[in-house]
Amino acid sequence: MILESLLPSASTYAGDIDRLFDVITLLVGIPFLVASYLFFAFIFRFKAKDGKKSMYITGTEHQYMKWIHRAHVPILVFDVIIVVMAVRVWYDVKQNLPEANSTVRVIAQQWAWTFVHPGPDNVLDTADDITTINELHVAKDTLYHYKLEAKDVLHNFSVPAFRLKQDAIPGRIITGWFEPTMAGTFDIQCAEICGIGHGLMPAKIIIEGAEQHAAWVEANSPLALTVAANQ
Amino acid sequence: MAESIRVDHAAHHDDHHGAHHGGHEMSFTEKYVFPLDHKMIAMQYMFTGMFMALIGGFFAYAFRWQIAFPGTEAPLWGQVSPAEYNSLVTNHGSIMIFWVAMPVLIAAFGNYLIPLMIGADDMVFPKINRLSYQIFLISAIVILSSFFVEGGAFGGAWTAYPPLSTKAEYSLTPLGSTLWITAVALEFVAFLLGGINFITTAMNSRAPGMKMWDIPMVVWMIVIASILFMLSVGPLLAGGIMMIFDQNLGTAFFNPDKGGDPILWQHLFWFFGHPEVYVVLLPAVGIVAEIITVFGRKKLFGYKTVLYTAIGTGVLSFTVWAHHQFIAGIDPRMANVFTVTTLLISVPIAEMMFVYIATLYGGSITLSTPMLWALSFIFEFLIGGITGIFLGASGNDIFMHDTYFVLAHFHYTFYPIAIIGTYAGFTYWFPKMFGRMMNEKLGKLHFWLTIIPFNTIFLPLFVLGAAGHHRRIFDYRNFPELSHPWMWDLQALATYSLIVMLLAQIIFFYNVITSWISGPKAPKNPWNANTFEWTATSPPPHGNWPEGLPTCYRGPYEYSHPDRKGSDFWPQNEPG
Repeated sequence: MILESLLPSASTYAGDIDRLFDVITLLVGIPFLVASYLFFAFIFRFKAKDGKKSMYITGTEHQYMKWIHRAHVPILVFDVIIVVMAVRVWYDVKQNLPEANSTVRVIAQQWAWTFVHPGPDNVLDTADDITTINELHVAKDTLYHYKLEAKDVLHNFSVPAFRLKQDAIPGRIITGWFEPTMAGTFDIQCAEICGIGHGLMPAKIIIEGAEQHAAWVEANSPLALTVAANQ
Repeated sequence: MAESIRVDHAAHHDDHHGAHHGGHEMSFTEKYVFPLDHKMIAMQYMFTGMFMALIGGFFAYAFRWQIAFPGTEAPLWGQVSPAEYNSLVTNHGSIMIFWVAMPVLIAAFGNYLIPLMIGADDMVFPKINRLSYQIFLISAIVILSSFFVEGGAFGGAWTAYPPLSTKAEYSLTPLGSTLWITAVALEFVAFLLGGINFITTAMNSRAPGMKMWDIPMVVWMIVIASILFMLSVGPLLAGGIMMIFDQNLGTAFFNPDKGGDPILWQHLFWFFGHPEVYVVLLPAVGIVAEIITVFGRKKLFGYKTVLYTAIGTGVLSFTVWAHHQFIAGIDPRMANVFTVTTLLISVPIAEMMFVYIATLYGGSITLSTPMLWALSFIFEFLIGGITGIFLGASGNDIFMHDTYFVLAHFHYTFYPIAIIGTYAGFTYWFPKMFGRMMNEKLGKLHFWLTIIPFNTIFLPLFVLGAAGHHRRIFDYRNFPELSHPWMWDLQALATYSLIVMLLAQIIFFYNVITSWISGPKAPKNPWNANTFEWTATSPPPHGNWPEGLPTCYRGPYEYSHPDRKGSDFWPQNEPG
């Protein structure tokens, strides 16, 4: 609700994260409003007046302490709800790796992104792979695995419209997944400071319908380009 | 028992006592440059910290200008280049935490208050104390000098993640990176020395009759904070030395090309970095406890409860560090564990907040300047606390990590701690420190012109963060999704608010200087407070109580006690 009103929601799990955000807002908002109300009410109600002495309360009396104890019950219940929901979303996005329809390689370096798409054979690391700079092309409603690498320093593969972030670490290949649900062009941003060009490292993710995407793959595979060059 | 220890400790620093009691006039250098008196060392820390805060604040202005108005020249700075931008954000963070929050809250208030509040004539180790400040001063000079070396100051964020921080060809600041980590390591040494002093003094030099539960809360808090610091800083100090080796000697602790692991640094950094939040939080919480009891004329609600929540928070803070690394490439299963521990911290912290609010109940509240600061601490920190829940929830952090939401969240914790807490303590103890009363009108004007802009800086940043704005981006015009007109309006609002807030600090310094010179003379105990420092003259002389040290007869918060006739406070040193 809240996040969707601020930016597009373009992956299968974006809605789950948006809902988690809404629930947390509600569950921390209620205690916050109650605490703020009491805080301001006490300040105004107990302003110093001539001849009026303060109450002497040590904070060990049951009649007062019970309110502190009672207040903990909702806090604990809310904590449990938030933990359960957060872990479920986390498991779905980061721990679980559903079967993929296709795989792309994402390589971050100072200060550009290289994307390797499988060619018409839909298999990565073959002769017909399509390599692009700062433009990732994917098909809507297709489940992708990404293989994330960094060449030099830490980077972060962040697609806000997907609600996805993952650090890229030199020396490691990190695998994750996403499934776009909306056609369009969205930002890819580096979200881990990576040197002086960090703020100048934008890329795009271009999501198209399956047919248009297939046409793009056909037109851009090295084979097609060679044929075109020969003609 | 207490008596014999005190005799002992007096004998240990005979030399400096002799200097005082012998009536020998100290030279200017002895008194102000190389002092042994805890109060003078506290002032050195206080004013060095405030000076560094001005620099850190000015840095914030320069890079906030670039964020809101990219491509235009920032008045008094000029065009901000990408390299400068990174150096500014990096050193703003480093300076505000290591050279402002730490020296002011721990070292300045710790040094000033511990001996005065426990009824001692000085710290147990005055020379270690002096050494601590001297090392701290060197570390401050080193961090500032990094702006003037070839390549400029380090720009890899205050977290200094390798390989960016270890390899000059990536950071392009070959000298700046090393000076940065050297300064941080030196600063840690300074605070380890100070911490030894605080813990030893509070445990051994208390006035006769001052039992554990009679120690004022702020002293407890500084002691607990010092213990947390000592327990957490070891790994990072080791990590800092590994980093210096990686940078200069070709080792590969953090270098994946040769089998090292860049993530190792993150663990070392955050194992310290998270407890560090509580290291600076606790002294501020203690300062607030002193102020709300005095200006509420109220006993602290649940003294032991506050203490236990502080200890509980401190212990838990060692188990949450990896919530900074959810998406850093750690084993994703670990995120579940750290989500649970992180949310558990909400229990003691909520308890602490409740207890503070409960302390206001039934009080007789005067909204003086220190009280306004103390109350605003509670409210603003509450916002900082609840927004932490969003980020501790792993599933949500996948999106929120490193956005302005994070930035706004921790500014809502650190700002109340380092700035509001400091102003609360400074305005409260100013009469004791300088023997003059501050101007209340100017004090309140300064309060409102600081607190309102503070909120209008950071509330918009929550919204921008929720909309996906990342931190540490030089120019948002490169990202269409971050360049909607309403976003630029919020960025401009934040920047203008910052300028107003910075200008408002002129009122504070004007108030300090004029009050110091010509404010009304402060009596010994202007606030009718109970704790020992208010029984010494304002300001207290070297040795604090030349007429003899006080004895403790009761706890620090006996305000409006039913057995006490004729006044609503009951000083700790009054027999009966």
